[in-house]
Amino acid sequence: MDSRFLCNRIYILFLLKTGRLMAKTSPPRSSKTSGSNAKALPEYKASRDEMLDFYKQMTLIRRFEEKAGQLYGMGLIGGFCHLYIGQEAVAVGFQSALKEGDSIITGYRAHGHAIVSGASPKSVMAELTGRSGGIAKGKGGSMHMFDPKAGFFGGHGIVGAQVPLGTGLAFAAKYKGTDNVVLTYFGDGAANQGQVYEAFNMAKLWNLPVIYIIENNQYAMGTSVARSSGQQELYKRGESFGIPGKLVDGMNVLEVRAAADAAVKHVREGNGPILLELKTYRYRGHSMSDPAKYRTRDEVQTTREERDPIEFIKKRLLEDGAEEDMLKSIDKEIKDEVSEVADYARNAPEPDPSELYTDILVES
Amino acid sequence: MAELTMIQAVNLAMREALAEDDAVILLGQDVGVDGGIFRATQGLIEDFGAARVLDTPLAEAGIIGMAVGMALNGMKPVAEMQFSGFSYQAFHQIENHVARFRWRTNGRFSVPMVIRMPYGAGVRALEHHSESREAYWAHTPGLKLVIPSGPIKARALLAAAIRDPDPVIFYEPKALYRAFKEDVPDVAEPIKIGKADVVRVGKDLTLIAYGAMLPRAVDAATKLAGDGIEAEVIDLMTISPLDEETIIQSVKKTGRAVVVHEASRSFGVGAELCARINDKAFFHLEAPVKRVTGYDIHPPFFAREQHYLPSVLRIYDEARETLTI
Ligand SMILES: Cc1ncc(C[n+]2csc(CCOP(=O)(O)OP(=O)(O)O)c2C)c(N)n1
Ligand SMILES: [Mg+2]
Repeated sequence: MDSRFLCNRIYILFLLKTGRLMAKTSPPRSSKTSGSNAKALPEYKASRDEMLDFYKQMTLIRRFEEKAGQLYGMGLIGGFCHLYIGQEAVAVGFQSALKEGDSIITGYRAHGHAIVSGASPKSVMAELTGRSGGIAKGKGGSMHMFDPKAGFFGGHGIVGAQVPLGTGLAFAAKYKGTDNVVLTYFGDGAANQGQVYEAFNMAKLWNLPVIYIIENNQYAMGTSVARSSGQQELYKRGESFGIPGKLVDGMNVLEVRAAADAAVKHVREGNGPILLELKTYRYRGHSMSDPAKYRTRDEVQTTREERDPIEFIKKRLLEDGAEEDMLKSIDKEIKDEVSEVADYARNAPEPDPSELYTDILVES
Repeated sequence: MAELTMIQAVNLAMREALAEDDAVILLGQDVGVDGGIFRATQGLIEDFGAARVLDTPLAEAGIIGMAVGMALNGMKPVAEMQFSGFSYQAFHQIENHVARFRWRTNGRFSVPMVIRMPYGAGVRALEHHSESREAYWAHTPGLKLVIPSGPIKARALLAAAIRDPDPVIFYEPKALYRAFKEDVPDVAEPIKIGKADVVRVGKDLTLIAYGAMLPRAVDAATKLAGDGIEAEVIDLMTISPLDEETIIQSVKKTGRAVVVHEASRSFGVGAELCARINDKAFFHLEAPVKRVTGYDIHPPFFAREQHYLPSVLRIYDEARETLTI
């Protein structure tokens, strides 16, 4: 191996270890701007059980998504199928900071959020295969998931349009006198939609309990943040509205959790909206067909090797003394569960044609 | 002469327009480096450069609003919406500005721009990616609405749309993008916007269709021919302004008409056609005008998609029914 290459690798690993570098593509962290900052957070101090729980949930999402990718390849899933692989730490870390009555809303890359918020994996997979056992009776598909019991308000296919909806959810939470908060997730691409900023303004104007979470996986389909945004530090996008922002390493579930705790506290105490930019990465194509001309294989490979969120927590668990065998048996359990989920989703019946005419308007 | 799919023909029309006129530019999400999500703009950034094939941020209202400004200032923008389902993010710009500039400025300004968007079901997509809402645009004065039904027409109509002095919504039936190829001539045979095409001559009834439903109407006509019934088939090509003359002439001849579209039924293009035929050919009618359409529901996910779309058999059955009267 070329020695210069090796030196670079060692240097990068050193920076990563010491927390001085999040990723090659990260903007420089600076904390000068008022209200917003990019200072690395102290990690959440998780117990062994909490770490195990993070590990399980992230692994479940990963295996679930891999299976969805396979079923798509077999022609059993139609339409689009946006996998969450690589971004698991974000949804898992945030969900763990919520309490009863809090709610979440997101875009179409929603399978992971649906599952961690409490929707059954079977109902999510059966929705992907368009079966009557699906969470939307098989009538909606990948970007059409709702679970009122879980406080999960979707699952939305129009990029960015969920941001005002999440802001409205927060308005209602406040109006009803609760101290509940709303997590409103969106992507780096969505961050360029105008309605996001209409919502920001109203959220601050009325001091609403909403946490805006930009899942910055660096790309909107084939367009990188650098090619779509004049100002690339997305966590500063709320500043001129009076919304403080924070940059968070979205591949480190412990940092995510710490950021979530701080944000939830800020918002629950009535201080109004907050904006978090989570630096993350999607390993797979945007959807299932993706020419992938916009990034190098090496970029994907390096991220997988050096920043993988599941490997991160696994390493922490092992350092903490967890047995490798125990993790293996968890992996096996999850694999079996996902096989069962897939069998269910393949064999459930298709929706009855009469279903198509329901739920357009209230039945009179 | 080249054998092209419809998506390649759309690409060809844009390539020719870019080569011919510096005022033409393309803009939209992923139209450059990626060549468009359906590959309609493949290879164009390489040949015409990033200044004329613009990758935009994800911002439909901004894209259309900026295109209006460009068009007012001497350019001929061709904007792509990745799916028609996202065009509503720019609905206000289209309704309030694109459609009205000529009128609002007493003809002192016009906005010669094209908004291309794939529409329709039949590709196992899902909601927001399968709808056929042409009635929104057809209902809006000040817009032209063009829908091709195959490669040759797509190339010629898009060429005409880009050169048109008024704004054109170019609605592309995505189910036909790669459905079949045609020999597309080296030099486009011009097709005028505002003209319908009689694709099959017959005397017993008139089938009127457009976009992805045209091939189905033609197949239904073939099936009817097996029963000894000669159906005339009209491809509307331009929905608005409607070529009333061609339609009325045909219905006066046949006395019967069936309108086919995949859009939901109520308040749609079919309803308008029925009204026009009633107005202008009532005394020639032998039977009520029929509509074969999608249902008044949101197009369902893939498992039941074909149930939603008018099938050849549904068209055939309805045609037979008008003939029994
Ligand atoms: C209004 C709208 N425009 C375009 C699209 C097509 N589209 C779907 S996802 C996407 C990219 C979004 O990127 P980002 O917000 O970064 O989310 P990510 O896919 O990275 O999770 C685009 C352009 C859409 N669904 N809605
Ligand atoms: Mg993104």
